[in-house]
Order: sequence, then C-alpha cells, then structure tokens
Amino acid sequence: MTTKAVLEVRDLNVRYNTSAGPIHAVSEVSFDVFGDEVFGIAGESGCGKSTLIRALLRLLSPNGICESAVISFKGHDLRTMPDREFRKDILWREISLVPQSAMNSLNPVYRVGAQIVEAIRAHRRCTRATARERVAELFDVVGLQADLMDSYPHEFSGGMRQRAMIAMALALDPALIIMDEPTTGLDVLVQERILRRIRKIRDAIASSIILITHDIAVIAEMCDRIAVMYGGRFMEQARSLDLFESPHHPYTLGLKNAFPSIHAVGAELISIPGFPPGLIGPQTSCPFEPRCPFRIERCATETPQPVTITEQHEIRCFRSAEAESLRELAKSKATWHCSN
Amino acid sequence: MRGVGEHYRIIHANRLSRIGFWIIVGFLTVAVFAPWIAPHGPWEMLFVDGRIASLRPPSWAFPVGTTHLGYDLFSQLVLATRTTVIIGGVSGLISILIGANIGLIAGYYGGKIDEILMRFTDILYGMPFLPFIIVLIALFGRKLEYVILAIVLIIWRTSARVIRAQTISIRQRQFITAAKARGCSDLRIIYRHILPNVLPLLLLYASFNIAWSIITEASASFLGFGDGETISWGGMLYELWLSGKTRVAWWWFAAPSICIVLLVTSLVFVSRAYEEVANPRLRKR
Repeated sequence: MTTKAVLEVRDLNVRYNTSAGPIHAVSEVSFDVFGDEVFGIAGESGCGKSTLIRALLRLLSPNGICESAVISFKGHDLRTMPDREFRKDILWREISLVPQSAMNSLNPVYRVGAQIVEAIRAHRRCTRATARERVAELFDVVGLQADLMDSYPHEFSGGMRQRAMIAMALALDPALIIMDEPTTGLDVLVQERILRRIRKIRDAIASSIILITHDIAVIAEMCDRIAVMYGGRFMEQARSLDLFESPHHPYTLGLKNAFPSIHAVGAELISIPGFPPGLIGPQTSCPFEPRCPFRIERCATETPQPVTITEQHEIRCFRSAEAESLRELAKSKATWHCSN
Repeated sequence: MRGVGEHYRIIHANRLSRIGFWIIVGFLTVAVFAPWIAPHGPWEMLFVDGRIASLRPPSWAFPVGTTHLGYDLFSQLVLATRTTVIIGGVSGLISILIGANIGLIAGYYGGKIDEILMRFTDILYGMPFLPFIIVLIALFGRKLEYVILAIVLIIWRTSARVIRAQTISIRQRQFITAAKARGCSDLRIIYRHILPNVLPLLLLYASFNIAWSIITEASASFLGFGDGETISWGGMLYELWLSGKTRVAWWWFAAPSICIVLLVTSLVFVSRAYEEVANPRLRKR
C-alpha cells in the first residue's frame, strides 16, 4: 500500500432541500483513499452511503447541495473543476462506478459489448476494433465468454449483467473504482461468485476501490480500511482488523452483535432496537443518541467530534475513553433491550 | 437498435397492419407515378362525340366517372394522391420531429425548461384546429406550404406530451444514471440513450400525425381553404359541393371519401402494430 492518498475528502456535507425542510443526508465526512487499497463504507439503508458517492461523482439530483472543504483527487481540486472537464477527464477515465443494482444499469436497446465500446470510445481515441478487443479482454477478466458481447442485456442473467458492469468499470484502468452495493439483488451463490471475482480483480489491478455495502461480512473480507456510517456521519473509521478486534463506537458494537460469528456458533444475535434517524432539520445531537444504550446527557445536545484512538482509527463518541468497559456491556442482550 | 427487418416483422405480425401496410405501399406507388398513371389532366375538359362528358357514371372509358364540367375523376384521384402523400409525409414528419424534440428536452431537463415548454404546448391545446388553419390561410393565402405549416403548428402538441411523459419515466431508470456516471453529455443521453427507448412510441405518433394531417388537409380543402392550384381529395369534395350535384353524382363523393378513409385507416392499422410494441398489454397472448 502506498501512503499517498488518491482521494482526499474533508468535511463533506450534502443536504437535500425538500418541502419538509433541509435533509442533512451527509454531514462532516472526511476520509482518504490510498493507492491500491479497498476502502469500505458500511451502514444501513438510508444512512447516506449512496448520497456520498453521488456527491463525489456529481450525480446528485438538482435539490441536492454538496459543500466541502476539500475534495482532492490525485492533486486535482474536484470542487472547482468545470463540469465539462470533470466529465471528460475524470469520470470513467479516472473514477468509475459500478452502480447500485447494476443489473438495471445497461440500456436495454443496445448490445452489451457495444455499450462498453461506447464507454471506451467516449474517453479514449481508438478504433471500434481496438475497443472490441479490449472488451473481449475485460470479459475474460470478469469471467464472461468473449462471444457474449454481442448479446442484449435481457439475454444475460443478473450475475452476468453485474459482471458486465464491473467489466465496464475496469475498461479504462481508472485510478479509483466505486462499487455501490455490487451484490445487492443477487442470490447468495451469485453474490459469493461476484465477490470472489472482485477479490481476484482487486489483486490483479492497481486501482483503488471504494466498496459500499450494508453487509458487514462482505466488508470484513474485502477491505483494508472501513468507515462505519450512521445518520450521514462516519461514526468510526479504522483498519479492518482494528475495527473487528477492537471496535469502539457503540453503533459498531451493536452492528457486530447483529451479525453471526463463526467463533460463537449458536450464540444469540442481538439487534439494535429503534430506527435510523430522519435527518430533517438542524442536527444538534449525536445521530445514534436515541438508540444508544450508553448515551449520556451531552449526547442529546452536542454532536461528538472525531477522536483519534490509534493511528488511522477515529471515532465520534464522547465515551471513547471507556471503550473497554462498553465493549463488555455490549455483549449482553439486556444492555440493548432493557435500558430503554 | 432495430433494423429494417425488424420493422417488417412488427408490421407483419398482425393481419390488419399487414393489409394496411400494403395499401399504403399502393398509395405511395400511385403518388410516385401519378403523372404517368393519370390519363388526363386534373382540369382537362373531356368530350365524347363532340359533347362535354358531363357527370358520366363509372364506365370503361371513365373508371371513376366524370364531374359536371367533364373532368376525369380517376385522373383527379390519382394526381390528388400525390398531394395527400406530400402533405401527410411532410407535416407528419416535421410535426413528429418538433414534438419528439420538445418532449425529450422537456422530459429530460424538467424544472423550468419543462414548465415553459409544456405551458406553451398547453396554449396550443387551447387553439381550435380548423379556425386556426382558416385564419392562417386567410392571412397568407391558399398555398400548399401554408396548409402544411398550419397543420404542423398544431399537430405536434400531442406527440410532445406523450414523448415527454415517456422520457420522464425512462430518465429515472438506472441505466441513465449509469450513463451519466460514464461521463455522457446531456445530448448524448437524450439522443443515444433515451431516444431509442421511446422509438416505438415515436413511430406510433408519427403515423397518427400523418393520418391527422391527411384528415385535416381534407377538411380544410373541403371548406375551401386548401391550395386552389393543386388537386387534392378534400378539394375534389369542395368542387362537388360547389357544383351542387351531391345528390346526383354518388361516384363523385364516393371516390375521394373512400380514398381518405382507406389511407387513414391503413395508417391507424400500421400504428396499432407499433402500439403493441410500445404497450405490450395490447398483445394477444
């Protein structure tokens, strides 16, 4: 892993203006993605994961407003770059996307291969034949037969379409590939196959990957570093190993409880009671406060700022110093389900 | 993208549209070769045994009969086909071009652009069809170009609305977001990614527009607001009306009326085939 950051984001906020008032979908998000690493963003539905990447790619709907201190990509300031230049030189060439529900991301009226050829030729000067050769190569990388490139999307299964989208994302050797829930909507077996494929690709190529998912198991085996997102904020950010060995944030503790572990087969899973916050109006508390069993008075009136635990391990919690004891308490179901 | 073969298949999947297709082909052929098919000029007075061949019913010499001034109705019919095909083709094509573009742009961009374009379309919906044409012709004169202009100005409104609605639904599909993420420009998304997906609907409305243009031209000509220099089916009915021989010369009103009905119905049949592509619920299971 190189130490130079490919993508540097500081203090990114996204709000949607709606008739019910502003929705703060993403608040004060800061992170780096280093060269050749997989950075995972985990969180439940509606926590702002997709909004965050839409903001990075300038795909927000017109009522979405993005403000940030820094978005720097390989030294380019993405906040001030003109749209045209961004579209031509950055999108796909440098940052590509495997969209959420990639199954529906192919235009039904064009052949799959032709769509990838279009993507290549939109950004790189080459003949159709050269582009087609590249598509054949890419199909091989993602495990599709090259002669399938003249099929229409409806002739593909869900898993095949997903792989075609991954092939398209790889087409121009971008420095950064963003995968937004690449396995959503696929059955478990196909999911496993796709993940295995992504893992292989990860080892074979030099691109960095941002992997977004609500499946913590996926993130655990794929990512070098992980951010846990809740209510539009990064609650905890750490190296994968640190996050699983010594989680600090109560939300991470709760998440860990809710997933089965092979070390404790048969242990009861503990869910986190309550619902994710609505995010309408000004945010003046810790977003997890209403559901947190360890909340203190301060949590309701003040938003916790990031605290550094060790190198590359940050959390947003006022009780970060008491992590050891909280971790013990979090193991008991009573902590989560009775205190409320 | 669908090739020519696929269009052939769509049309031939259904018996009525197949019949309609061949009737249209027939009319097109007549339109192309009209001057060679028609034995006489449109306003050429014919004589039999030194007397004007006035109001002759259909016979071997005059297959569709003659008018009170001895004009050959068959020749008029054939030459009028050309006028009709030109009017239908040109105004149908231009109107779908305008309608599709306005619909695509309004639907894709939404917001203020949509608001302005659609309110403009609404204003056109407030325009009564025939009076608009009559006023326009009265102002500029009875010329074919103005008839086409008047038809085009009114007729694009429906296609614009329908294409806009479809565009809005396609715009929200995932593959459009994916295309944006690939750095496609707005124009590229509109014309390369959305347009092919609204194509069946567009062709459906293209044939509707052609049918409507033909009917409108016939109505306008019948009322005496067609091009006086060019023979048309509506114009033939107008001359019949002026002659006051409506009750006597059944062949005179039957011939152009049947042609109008036949051509318009054929267009509707063909458009039905496209409607089945655009709206699969109509398909027979």
